Amino acid sequence: MKIKVVVTLKNGVLDPQGKAIQQTLNGMGYSNVQGVRQGKFFDLEIAENDEAKAKAVAEEMCKKLLANLVIEDFKIL
Amino acid sequence: MKSSVIIFPGSNCDRDMDVALKKFGFKNTMVWHNDDKLPKSDLIVLPGGFSYGDYLRCGSIAGKSKIINSVIDFAKTGGLVLGICNGFQILTETGLLPGVLLQNKNIEFICKNVFVKINDKNNKYFNKINKEILELHIAHNEGNYFCSDDELKEIENNNQIAAYYCDEKGNCDNDSNPNGALKNIAGILNKEKNILGMMPHPERMIDKYLSGEDGSIFFKNLLKNLKI
Repeated sequence: MKIKVVVTLKNGVLDPQGKAIQQTLNGMGYSNVQGVRQGKFFDLEIAENDEAKAKAVAEEMCKKLLANLVIEDFKIL
Repeated sequence: MKSSVIIFPGSNCDRDMDVALKKFGFKNTMVWHNDDKLPKSDLIVLPGGFSYGDYLRCGSIAGKSKIINSVIDFAKTGGLVLGICNGFQILTETGLLPGVLLQNKNIEFICKNVFVKINDKNNKYFNKINKEILELHIAHNEGNYFCSDDELKEIENNNQIAAYYCDEKGNCDNDSNPNGALKNIAGILNKEKNILGMMPHPERMIDKYLSGEDGSIFFKNLLKNLKI
């Protein structure tokens, strides 16, 4: 079963890449872009048919490896 | 005194560290990341570099490698563990040290000499060191130390900040902060003071003709403290 995970920086954590992307977009003429935060996307293929179980194991993996909870939040889609 | 340097795929300061440790009298052994046991050691060093290509987050994969459980056990029983640069990142990823190293504020890889001011001497690394301000080398893309407000309070209260970036005279301000690190933090200790992580490389400053000798001061002092 496929589980999708998004990891993003917590509010307040500096994201210099996001900032640079925003400035570039603004420079390209997209002057209405007021903020960019860059994150990560994971497509996990888990050998499990029960969706709840697969999501539970994905959550455990997020806490242990995929996200650093000091600076990042994760969302299981 | 016996030391061990762990080699991860992508480590690139492991041999420099080996040279430095041996130069000042350690009997050093190199340990492969895929081993599960550590040789008997008085000091374990996690060297600088780009372990596992910095995949996912710097130090995150090394933080789950086979050897790391032995390193954690060693550290939790009071053994000295020193992490330099990528080694510091690995120590934060394992949770042995608080906080995290973010990308440098200016999104540039920084490679230059800096000055650091020793903050806490109540540990084996800096006890009785005869110089307060050391000139060391940094080379990193993710050295911007960050932690939550609560963690900062805790590490300040416990005197866990090992060293601050400063200028030649010891002033810690924005101008002497190379990477945006919170409070100019260059190195952190754990609460028990047996684990030290720092971004600057003392092993690159052990030769007066090639670089400088402030790294020599660090290693000589550490060895002296270990012998007491």
